[in-house]
Amino acid sequence: MRLLVCVKRVPAPGAKIALTEDGRAIETAHLSFTTSPHEECAVEAAIQLKEAHGGTVEVLTLGPPEAEEQLRYAASVGADGATLVPTDGSDVDPQATAAGLLSAIRSLEAERGPFDLVLFGNESADAGNFQVGIRVAHGLGRPVVSGIKGIEVEGETAVARRQTASGFEVYRLPLPAVLAVKEGIALPRYPTLSGRLKSKKLEVRRHETELAPGGQRMVRFESPPEQEVRTEFLSDAVAVVDVLEKLGVL
Amino acid sequence: MSVLVLIDHDRGEVSEASRQAITLAEQVAEALGSPVEAVVIGAEAADIGVVDRVWHVTHSLLDDYTPGGWGEVLAQLVAQEMPAAVVAPGSDRGNEVLAHLAALLDLPMVANVTELDPSGDVWSLQRVRWGGSLLERGELEAAVRLVSAAPHVFPPAETEGSSPVVEFQPTLEEGQVVDRVAERVTVSEGVTLATAPVVVSGGRGVGGPEGFGPLEELAELLGGAVGCSRVVTNNGWRPHSDQVGQTGTRVAPDVYIACGISGAIQHWVGMMASKHVIAINTDAEAPMVTKADYAVIGDVAELVPAIVDEVKRRR
Repeated sequence: MRLLVCVKRVPAPGAKIALTEDGRAIETAHLSFTTSPHEECAVEAAIQLKEAHGGTVEVLTLGPPEAEEQLRYAASVGADGATLVPTDGSDVDPQATAAGLLSAIRSLEAERGPFDLVLFGNESADAGNFQVGIRVAHGLGRPVVSGIKGIEVEGETAVARRQTASGFEVYRLPLPAVLAVKEGIALPRYPTLSGRLKSKKLEVRRHETELAPGGQRMVRFESPPEQEVRTEFLSDAVAVVDVLEKLGVL
Repeated sequence: MSVLVLIDHDRGEVSEASRQAITLAEQVAEALGSPVEAVVIGAEAADIGVVDRVWHVTHSLLDDYTPGGWGEVLAQLVAQEMPAAVVAPGSDRGNEVLAHLAALLDLPMVANVTELDPSGDVWSLQRVRWGGSLLERGELEAAVRLVSAAPHVFPPAETEGSSPVVEFQPTLEEGQVVDRVAERVTVSEGVTLATAPVVVSGGRGVGGPEGFGPLEELAELLGGAVGCSRVVTNNGWRPHSDQVGQTGTRVAPDVYIACGISGAIQHWVGMMASKHVIAINTDAEAPMVTKADYAVIGDVAELVPAIVDEVKRRR
């Protein structure tokens, strides 16, 4: 199987986010960066598919030159090839992101044949636009389902599971296909020492392309208003149950 | 020019997220002086008051959910009606179908809008990033504006009553709906995490998988569901389907009981829409404690069983 995973470099989730003075960017001086969580799991899912069915896993990202770090990390856990669509590091709108990735995928496929499966994260942790994978799938003319938490490949079909409130829905997509996956699909492994060494030598391919802006423009970021809460401290379990009674849930 | 609003429904029952989307659509339509028209796809028609018209989209290939199929028929309706905007619920389905529509019509799409000002050609807006821990001011310029309503921001519209229904029959071929739901598997019956009125949630402070026993008992007694933090699923103590947070399930119960959860931002954004938060933690300085409405300082392993006993005693 030929597998491709599209990933995004994002500030480590959970970090306190500070804004630059003009609010047009995030203050990155004291931040550490990582692969967006859904995509980190997508890489793991792809590697497990490779282990089960054979083949190769490639990773692709659109981002600043530093995003090579995330590509090398994917290689350290088992990815075989990596491509960067370089940007100047400013926020890229989802239409332009999709077009940039599509251009890179077409170029990779023209050289080495189509990918059986292209995986995306359901949405990036930072921008959360919920659309890039679907736009790329339409560009490739391939079926796509998002919110996926389980993938099996049976012959020429991808069987994908999506969590619902009470269980899951099953989709059967003919390959080649695109899936946008969620954290929980697989627990990401840690890199091995030999994986780390291999990833250092990995040659990252660069795909330069013009990114034409779409119709959605970011003006500035704002921190949400801090909600003033006066916590009422309770002394013991009995006081907690009094509160539950007062709130009408007992 | 109308404002269309996509309705997600389960056998005719309109989802909470859809009722929130109707409210956003009403706000936009009022500013534009336009009618609000709901779009209901599938054999089951949903009764929806408050809107000016319901487009009921039926086709033999639309008996079950198909994201690509829904996007395609919505694209056909949009091409016929040329609305000013299409508003979708900020749910998994809403964002997914809207993205298909955006891709088909090559239009921009703004996910999870919290404010929208439709005066002028370029609409200004605010949307959520980082699951709600950061906001973005933005602009949207398009022939038809596609937006989804951020969850738990707009009050849900009352949809009782009914509106005039217009049938819309799209052209659809088998090849356009290969992404149809092939099978449904029910794992749990009854109370679900996303809709439970009470969520009893555990974090690192629960100590291990067996520590969740008393939390389950308390959830059961209160007619609620058990949730957990990301640390817990990463440690393999609970399945990922129990995870509350930015990369897990978003919840908005009447009462959220956070047991041994420090309250990292990615967890907080998944439960910040809860009406009341009770924190149980050994650390009085933990973010969850300082943001909670009520807190009790102590060990989860002692306090939760004691709460269970007290609840039983009062029954």
